[in-house]
Amino acid sequence: MKEVMNILLNDGLLLASISVALVLALSMWISSRLTNKKIPGAAIAIFLGLILAYAGGVASGGDRGIADVGLFAGFTMLGGSMLRDFTIVATAMGARFSEMKKAGMTGVLSLMIGVAGSFSFGAVLAYLFGYQDVKSMTTIGAGACTFIVGPVTGTAIGADSEVIALSIAAGVIKSIFVTIGTPWVARLVGLNNPQTAMIYGGLIGTTSGVAAGLAATDPKLVPYGAITATFYTGLGCLLCPSMLYLILQWLASA
Amino acid sequence: MTIYGVAMLAACFLIGKLIGEGLGDLIGIDANIGGVGFAMILLIMGSQWLHQRRWLDTLTESGITFWSNMYIPVIVAMSATQNVKGALSGGMIALLAGTIPTALCFLMIPWLSRLQKRTTSEHVDKTEG
Repeated sequence: MKEVMNILLNDGLLLASISVALVLALSMWISSRLTNKKIPGAAIAIFLGLILAYAGGVASGGDRGIADVGLFAGFTMLGGSMLRDFTIVATAMGARFSEMKKAGMTGVLSLMIGVAGSFSFGAVLAYLFGYQDVKSMTTIGAGACTFIVGPVTGTAIGADSEVIALSIAAGVIKSIFVTIGTPWVARLVGLNNPQTAMIYGGLIGTTSGVAAGLAATDPKLVPYGAITATFYTGLGCLLCPSMLYLILQWLASA
Repeated sequence: MTIYGVAMLAACFLIGKLIGEGLGDLIGIDANIGGVGFAMILLIMGSQWLHQRRWLDTLTESGITFWSNMYIPVIVAMSATQNVKGALSGGMIALLAGTIPTALCFLMIPWLSRLQKRTTSEHVDKTEG
């Protein structure tokens, strides 16, 4: 028994692959048998993944979801940022450059609106909830962009660690919300072509959410959404602790 | 050979990341700006270039399409390693700051999409896509 455990632990990536395959098989079955393929199997699988993450967090008290539960540590390898980015890049193989060029300027505009918009709404919410100093408002506003922009901004301007933790939480909630919400609103907002996917990627930004949300909606759109989303976090890290912070400071003193 | 495709993908990935990292340094922030995006553009242009010269055989291509097909399983694994419990315990403000701005951004998609169509409607090639 001990040897079996050792093998499973040492080759964690392989056990994770088998587990994910089982989750996907179950999801495909649910999709075709219970929802008549109305909800894509990928969407169900991603949602099941989030439930596993929650269960893992409750069982272990850790912050890496299911990966903190002994045998499943390999999930961090399979689902880590290197393989995530590597496979996202690989999806570009089926994309057309000519389609991307069409969204050009609108893509850039959607990035600007996405970062500034999320930041402003987040900062206003922070204010309404009693976080009325500029540093906290900036950090929570940045957290409303992505869970990377939040802590990067908070650390840069010297916000409280409690506020930084909140900004991470807001960013992760956003990512989960986008993952689950995208397939539902896709038809409503016309998210069914490469150009709209690029605009969506720029407005929403959170790479994991965009990538998972599009995978659940229509995998053909993934490269288009991902290509604008990939600039979002960088732009957020650039604008939030500098220009947007200064604007808030100026507004607060006026 | 399959490994040629994997190598090409890996090269595009690394060069893209380097460009993103360099761009971050240039502006003076510790973040990768669009590394994945640059890598994707490199891969699209590189594969088109090879394709036109008929240097891209099916085996080489399979080294890339394999990883492209692994995308959804990787995303499922990624979802399963998110700190969902932590996020849900962040309280009301984290919940609202994570959802309301995002919902408003969703609502802006149709507007920007119309704007995009208007600016490019003159030269839309219907045979493409």
